[in-house]
Amino acid sequence: MRYEAPSSFEEASGLLAGETGVTRILAGGTDVLVQLRSGLVEPDLIVDIKRIPGAKDITRTDDGGWRIGAAVSGAEMGEHAELKAAWPGIVEAVELIGSTQVQGRCTMAGNLCNGSPAADSVPAMIAADAIAEVVGPSGTRDVYVEEIPLGPGRTRLEKGDVIAAIRLPARPERAGDAYLRFIPRTEMDIAVVSAGVSLCLDASGKVLDARIGLGAVGPTVVNAAAAADAIIGTTLDDAAIAAMIEAVATACSPIDDKRGTVKFRTKVAGVLAKRAALKAAERAKA
Amino acid sequence: MALDDRFHNRDFKVVGNRVTRPDGIDKVTGRARFGADMTAPGMLIAKVLRSPHAHARINGIDTSKAEALPGVKAVVTYADFASAHAPDDDNLVNCMAKDKALYDGHAVAAVAAISTAVARKALKLIEVDYEVLPHVTDVDEAMKPDAPVLHEDAQDESVPAGTPKNVVRRYEFGHGDVDAGFAQADKVIERSFRTEAAHQGYIEPHACLASYGSDGRADLWCCTQGQYAVRAMCAGMLGMQASDLRVTASEIGGGFGGKTTVFIEPVALALSRKAGKPVKLVMERSEVFRASGPTASTSIDCKIGMTKDGRITAGRAELRYQGGAFPGSPVEFGAMSGFAPYDLENVQAIGWDVVTNRPKQAAYRAPGAPMAAYAVESVIDELCQELGLDPLEVRIRNCAHEGTLSPYGVTYPKIGLEETLKAVQSHPNWTAPLGPNQGRGVACGFWFNFGGNTCVSLNIDEDGTVSLSTGNPDIGGSRASMSQMCAEELGIPYDRVRCSIADTSLLGYNDVTDGSRVTFAVGLATIKAAQDAIKKMCGRAAAIWGIPEDAVEWEDGCAKPAGPNAGEHPPMSLAEIAAVSSQTGGPIAGHYECNADGAGVSFATHLVDVEIDPETGFTKVLRYLVAQDAGKAVNPDYVEGQFQGGAVQGIGWSLNEEYIYGEDGRLQNAGFLDYRIPVASDLPMIDTVIVEVPNPGHPYGVRGVGETSIVPPLAAISNAVSHAIGKRMTQIPMSPPRIVEALEG
Amino acid sequence: MSQIHVTTKINGDETEFLCGPEETLLDVLRDHLGMTGTKEGCGTGDCGACSVTVDGRLVCSCLMLGAEAEGHEIGTIEGVAKGDELHPVQKKFLDHAALQCGICTPGFLVAAKALLDRTLEPTEEEVRYWLAGNLCRCTGYDKIVRAVMDTAAELRGA
Ligand SMILES: Cc1cc2nc3c(=O)[nH]c(=O)nc-3n(C[C@H](O)[C@H](O)[C@H](O)COP(=O)(O)OP(=O)(O)OC[C@H]3O[C@@H](n4cnc5c(N)ncnc54)[C@H](O)[C@@H]3O)c2cc1C
Ligand code: FES
Ligand code: FES
Repeated sequence: MRYEAPSSFEEASGLLAGETGVTRILAGGTDVLVQLRSGLVEPDLIVDIKRIPGAKDITRTDDGGWRIGAAVSGAEMGEHAELKAAWPGIVEAVELIGSTQVQGRCTMAGNLCNGSPAADSVPAMIAADAIAEVVGPSGTRDVYVEEIPLGPGRTRLEKGDVIAAIRLPARPERAGDAYLRFIPRTEMDIAVVSAGVSLCLDASGKVLDARIGLGAVGPTVVNAAAAADAIIGTTLDDAAIAAMIEAVATACSPIDDKRGTVKFRTKVAGVLAKRAALKAAERAKA
Repeated sequence: MALDDRFHNRDFKVVGNRVTRPDGIDKVTGRARFGADMTAPGMLIAKVLRSPHAHARINGIDTSKAEALPGVKAVVTYADFASAHAPDDDNLVNCMAKDKALYDGHAVAAVAAISTAVARKALKLIEVDYEVLPHVTDVDEAMKPDAPVLHEDAQDESVPAGTPKNVVRRYEFGHGDVDAGFAQADKVIERSFRTEAAHQGYIEPHACLASYGSDGRADLWCCTQGQYAVRAMCAGMLGMQASDLRVTASEIGGGFGGKTTVFIEPVALALSRKAGKPVKLVMERSEVFRASGPTASTSIDCKIGMTKDGRITAGRAELRYQGGAFPGSPVEFGAMSGFAPYDLENVQAIGWDVVTNRPKQAAYRAPGAPMAAYAVESVIDELCQELGLDPLEVRIRNCAHEGTLSPYGVTYPKIGLEETLKAVQSHPNWTAPLGPNQGRGVACGFWFNFGGNTCVSLNIDEDGTVSLSTGNPDIGGSRASMSQMCAEELGIPYDRVRCSIADTSLLGYNDVTDGSRVTFAVGLATIKAAQDAIKKMCGRAAAIWGIPEDAVEWEDGCAKPAGPNAGEHPPMSLAEIAAVSSQTGGPIAGHYECNADGAGVSFATHLVDVEIDPETGFTKVLRYLVAQDAGKAVNPDYVEGQFQGGAVQGIGWSLNEEYIYGEDGRLQNAGFLDYRIPVASDLPMIDTVIVEVPNPGHPYGVRGVGETSIVPPLAAISNAVSHAIGKRMTQIPMSPPRIVEALEG
Repeated sequence: MSQIHVTTKINGDETEFLCGPEETLLDVLRDHLGMTGTKEGCGTGDCGACSVTVDGRLVCSCLMLGAEAEGHEIGTIEGVAKGDELHPVQKKFLDHAALQCGICTPGFLVAAKALLDRTLEPTEEEVRYWLAGNLCRCTGYDKIVRAVMDTAAELRGA
């Protein structure tokens, strides 16, 4: 195994593209090191992106959105007051990943690229309609976060692709987001099921636009568009919420496993989507 | 000076104080050395190859490729032990599979190499020819006539002929006529319960360093609850003389019963013998879960009758425990202990020990008792609910006292169960208001406690300090308690005593640190060793003063003339006697050995409030109270710590901890991420009340306190959850999906 | 397997070491530098026994390669006391009997100190969540939480 710490994303991409064996990108390493330890993967090349200038920066984009470098840790996002005010749901999702110790290292891009359907930041990012800035052998391109997951442990990124940053759009007026997950303990668990909701309201309190991401209810994180449609144009009254819960259940295709049953996941997905939608609306009104 | 073993009231000066432990500084600075912290020059690293199958015949093992890998110094399989040991040593076959792999994770071979990386690589080169067999991991399934059979010949005569072969032992306890008792009841409830297997979950994985010399002598450093037991087992398996194997217990990072046996130590010794070099073997966490000794999973039927005014007329339980791939599940203790808190005229408990394709169980804190208590205390709670009775009053009405004939045949001496019930009754938690979706549960628990083989020495050092040697690893502050009792008896300050844990070459056989025995038995031996030294010091003073020995008494750390013929002599302190010891006959030491008897049984009552999220089944523990009889709390800080730690292990087991096996018989959750032990944010503070009803069998009244605290929580929490959701729960753990299921079902 | 040369500061001391590319910082501390105060309970980030700080931030040393330490400042349990003088949180752990077996203690102390370096007014809930990545199987956390709260109170002069 070789360890490289390049000083640009282009260089990182080149190293990865040039390696014929197994490669891993090392952001926080909180997934990669666990895989190394278990012997599940034996990479030939590890590319550490933390020494790339700018990889640890959180910046405002020209259009009023946000650009979060691929090596920014969960703790660093949590300490960024402005980002937290703009995207509280995203930040709370990232802050749910692991312990204080894991927070010191873990990244959103790593969470996304690890390819787990239970990854906490991904439903929130999908709800936010986040974009990944991908540097590949043929240059830099934007890819919607929603398009990246392909199945457990698999993504649509190709050989030599590296995410340089995650971008979040600018927030309109009266917008809010929220993320909730269910775990049997209060910490240190992988989501049994989760829901992220981002919405904005009109002046009368009606939902103008909404997106809902669901975690751990299928092979990838799900964009539950029909569930979002069920609340758009409503004031989140009981009937709208009931319709949303119904649509959430339809969007779920979970499995029975050690962390939960199909029945439980489907039911709790609706509960969490409801609670997250109401919380997001609270925030939008605040 | 003629103190016997029995309790005598006295004013304690050192015992009962919250002293700082002698190993404290080492443990807060990182200096303390645990199992994996030892190294030796030229040391090799060992790794174990484990079966991926739950049940498979091993037709052959080809290690030649691994042996040929550069850097590999030794490979061992069962064949490397075969010459030396008795053919059917379950412990050995558990450490290294013989002709069958009996569970997922069963060791089949091991490698010692110059580095971890090389050892890992070598494991992949070992070729095992497995013939996969059908497997069974569930206790009820394993008892069926058509279940896959693990051993053809493990069943003994206690089991009725014709019973399926996986049922290996039967036990029965009780007295009276239960059917007649049920006939007297106004209400009889019978229910079936299940509990899943839990792991002790110590944070330190098993670790050892073995160094076998060409002279046939060996040194073994390991984290264990009993260095003498390790020596006995390893020497047997390797065909060594006990005295040729010196075992040193490292600091131990938790055990809870799980480190009372061996898993890797004989393997490391065999590798070291073969390689001619020191070998370090440390389990990975996944190996700890797959291949150490979790506790049994169970299936229990329990039937209890009660009169309208709350008298229990009869109790009957049938308990089925699977203890993994070998006989020895703790069902016997379960059958003995479930009804032990109650004074019953009619009681019967039948236990069935069952083998399955799971790792061989090891002791886990009050082994077997929490599950039995869960069944009994749940049914009592339901009876109280149905009959509209107060669950504490009913327990006070039926509880055992001095003179009660226990279900397992012993008549209790003085015990403190009623005191624990009353302590709960007068605690503010008992009357705290409950909100919506909240429930309150109460339950009692019992544990026997043990004494056992004990050997202690102490040296009166020339400067008037005392070096105390005991033979039991200090797993939670026992060096402090021993030093306290030693100082108390000698009449000197606590900080003049230094207690260390001897290796196996220095003292006689000490039983393992289990059965809550150490503070009781080693404390007893320490007190007696101190008395032995006192006797000698009195003799030295008598010689100096020229008076008879029996004219000298020991008081407040000094020898004093006593009685009419003693004359006038200024008292001589321990330090003064020590200072002149070379002129009065040489060094002074005290010693004591015994097989200690009289460990007082111990009882506890727990009270818990929970709140359930009815939409997700999430349980939040709001308040938790432990009231337990400690006899005499030598160091109250550590007594509370035992109460709290045991209660929290019980909380984890009740709510989320369980071994989950897949269809393929493989363990699905061999890590702390999915084997969910409680984390700090899951819990409230754990309130404690130390009840002190002296144990008549110990000079200071000490009872064991370590284990009882894990007995009541399963039932207490289940009762609380059942009240909160209005449905009776009958399976442990009560994970959120199970609670949602109960709510909807 | 070619070794990587790494220059770091550990507990304030300039330290150089060679490590294999696959070795974790925990492996380096324990096996190469003899600093066995940092413990391994799982090797996969779940128990916190291996807690250290990197540039003041709390991390699991089992989840970091030794090579990643290049140019960073590492803090371990061995650096929590200043010479003979225990850090207040170490003293409080002893006063409150916040350890039984002690295997989790180094990790808890490093984690607790990292919390107290950020705030001296943590609530009980904050302490419990901050320490949720540190498993203790012996104590039930009660006395640990009390020790940390009491240290905070003492340090803020309450
Ligand atoms: C104890 C513990 C608890 C955890 N709890 C949670 C939890 O609660 N919720 C949760 O969602 N996860 C959890 N995880 C998993 C993990 O922490 C997260 O998935 C984390 O976000 C991964 O980020 P990382 O930067 O550490 O990724 P890394 O381990 O560095 O990388 C993960 C994967 O992403 C790829 N990758 C990394 N960066 C890039 C990039 N810039 N471009 C392309 N590919 C990249 C890597 O090649 C690798 O395959 C936990 C892990 C541990 C050890
Ligand atoms: S050893 Fe690193 S978290 Fe357990
Ligand atoms: S004191 Fe033993 S694990 Fe914490």
